[in-house]
Amino acid sequence: MTALLEVSGLRKAYGATTAVDGVSFTLPPGGALGLVGESGSGKTTTARMLVGLEQPDSGSITVLGRPLAARVRGRAARLARAKAVQIVFQDPYLSLDARLTIGATLDAVLRLHGLGDRAARAARVRELLGQVGLGEREAAALPRHLSGGQRQRAAIARALAVEPAVLVLDEAVSALDVSVQAQVLNVLADIRRDAGIGLVFVSHDFAVVRYVCDEALVLLRGRPVEHRPMAELLAAPEHPYTRLLLDSVPHPGWDPASIAQRRRQLAQ
Amino acid sequence: MTLLSVEGLTVELPGSARPVLDTVHLRVAAGEVVGLVGESGSGKSVTARSALGLLPARAHVTGRVLVEGKDLVGADAARLREVRTSVASMVFQDPRAGINPVRRIGDFLAEPLRLVKGWSRRQAEARALELLAAVGLPDPPRHLRQYPHQLSGGMLQRVMIAGALAGEPKLLLCDEPTTALDVSTQAEILALLGALQRERGLGMLLITHDIELAAATCDRVYVMYAGRIVEEASAADLFGSPRHPYTRGLLGSTPPLTGPMERLHPVPGAPMSLAESAPGCAFAARCAFAEPGRCDQAPPGLLPLPAAAVPSTAAADPTGSADRRAACFRVAELPAVVTSEVAP
Repeated sequence: MTALLEVSGLRKAYGATTAVDGVSFTLPPGGALGLVGESGSGKTTTARMLVGLEQPDSGSITVLGRPLAARVRGRAARLARAKAVQIVFQDPYLSLDARLTIGATLDAVLRLHGLGDRAARAARVRELLGQVGLGEREAAALPRHLSGGQRQRAAIARALAVEPAVLVLDEAVSALDVSVQAQVLNVLADIRRDAGIGLVFVSHDFAVVRYVCDEALVLLRGRPVEHRPMAELLAAPEHPYTRLLLDSVPHPGWDPASIAQRRRQLAQ
Repeated sequence: MTLLSVEGLTVELPGSARPVLDTVHLRVAAGEVVGLVGESGSGKSVTARSALGLLPARAHVTGRVLVEGKDLVGADAARLREVRTSVASMVFQDPRAGINPVRRIGDFLAEPLRLVKGWSRRQAEARALELLAAVGLPDPPRHLRQYPHQLSGGMLQRVMIAGALAGEPKLLLCDEPTTALDVSTQAEILALLGALQRERGLGMLLITHDIELAAATCDRVYVMYAGRIVEEASAADLFGSPRHPYTRGLLGSTPPLTGPMERLHPVPGAPMSLAESAPGCAFAARCAFAEPGRCDQAPPGLLPLPAAAVPSTAAADPTGSADRRAACFRVAELPAVVTSEVAP
C-alpha cells in the first residue's frame, strides 16, 4: 500500500540557525502523527514545509508517491498541491477571509476545485459543515460573528472541502477554551474515522496528541529524539526530554521543582 | 487578618448585557495559595485586578475589595499607591508585553524603587541585583544591562516576578503567569513561585484556565463562569469530587494522559460573552442537568454544600463542608462523580 505521506531527511536552516534537521517519517493511509515539541523545536517549520510555505534545504516530501514540487507554476499545479496537503493554523481569525461568510468561503473552494453545479455545491457545503458540527446559521455568518471554536471548525471544514490526502494542524486547538477544545478534538477524531484522511498534528500538549494520534515524533531543537507509537511512548518514554515533557504536565502530586532541576541538567 | 477579601463585588460596564463580575466573594489568607479557574470572559482577570484597585474606568462597582481590612473600592490615590507599592503586586501573562522593550532590565527594576521609595541609584541597583538573584537568573550583573529581547520568555517572566517582588508585597497576584510559556518552562516558573511563596509566607492568587494546573499547585480553588463564582473547594476535593456541572465539564474536557482513552464529553456551546445574559443560572444553556422552570428563573447563590452532597469522608468532619460551596440548584441531586486518577 502506498504511504500517504513520506518525509525523508528534511532540513531547513535560517542563516546560522538550523530550525529542522533530519526529520523523517511515513504516514500510512488514515494515519495520524503528532509532532511534539516546545518553541524552537522546529515543529511549525516542519508543518510549513509540508504545505510548501517553506522550501527545505534538503530532504524530500512525497505525497501518494509523488514528490511535492519545489515551485508551483500554473493553475493545475496549484490545485494539485492544494489537494495533496491542507493546513489549519492556530488562529482562525487570520486564516479565514473576513469579508466572506463561512458558506461563501466553502463554496469558493468547491468551485475552484471544479464542482460546477450550484446545487451540488450547496449540498456539499451543508455536508462539510455537518461534519464539523456547524449548521445553517454559521454558514450565513462572517468569521467575526463566530466564536473561536466555531471559527476553528469552519477552518477545518474549509481544509476538508479540498479533499486533501493529508491535513496538517498546527497548534489548531491551543488557543481555544478547554471546553471548546474538547469539541474540536471530537471533530478531529470523527474526521479520522470517517474520511480516512492522514493527519499531521502539531502540538506541545501530549494529552491532546494522545487523543488524536497513533504515533508521536518528539522534536528537540530541530532534531527528532523519539518516534514511537503513542501508547509505547507514554508508557515507557526512552529519551530524557520526552520524560521531561510528560512530567511537565500538571497532575496531582506534581513537583515542579524536580522538573525544573531536570530541565537544567538536560540543557547542559 | 485575611489579606484579600472580595465581598459581593459586582462590576457592570455600560453596553454589556450582563455584569462583568456578579457578587463575587473570594478571600486569600497570608501563606495561602488560591486558584481562580475560568475560561475567557469569566471575569477572573477583572477579579484579580480589583485587588490592585484596577477596575475599568467607566464601570459601575458595588461591593467591597478589602486588602488588609481596608476597602479599595472608591479609595483615594494615596491608598491605592500604598497597596500597589507595598502590599499587593501582579505578575502578568505575557512578559514581552508587560516589560518596556526599549529600556534595560535594570531600569525596569530600579525605576519604581527610585521613584516611589526615593532610593538612590546605587541603592536601587543593589536591590535589583538581589531581586534577579532571588528569581534564579544566572548572571544578575549582566542581566541588569540587558534588554528584554536578549532574554528568553522564561527568563523574562523571572524578571517580571522580580519586579513584582520589588516592593516586598504580601500578596502576589499571578494572572496566567505561564500560559505564554513552554510546558517545561511552566514547571520552572511555578517551582520558583512556590518557593518564593513559602519562603516569604506570601498569599498568592493564581489565575489560570488550566484546572489541572490549579489542582496541582493550589490549596484552595475557585471556579468562575460568566462573572460568577460557581464552585469553591480545596484543590483535592475539586479534583476528586467536582460538584458543579461546569467544573465536571471542565475536567471531562481534558483528555487524560494515562488510563483508558474514552471519547471526550465536551460541554456544548461556548462560554457566555458579555453581549449575552440569562435570567437564571448562566451555565444552564450548556448544562446537561439543567431543569427548565428551575435553573432558568433566578441565579443560584453560592451556598455551602448540603451534607448529602458532600462525599462521606468530608461529611464525617463537621467542618469539612465549610469550604465547599457551589452555585447550583441541583447540586444535592446530582450523581456523585468518580474522576479517574490522571497522575502517571
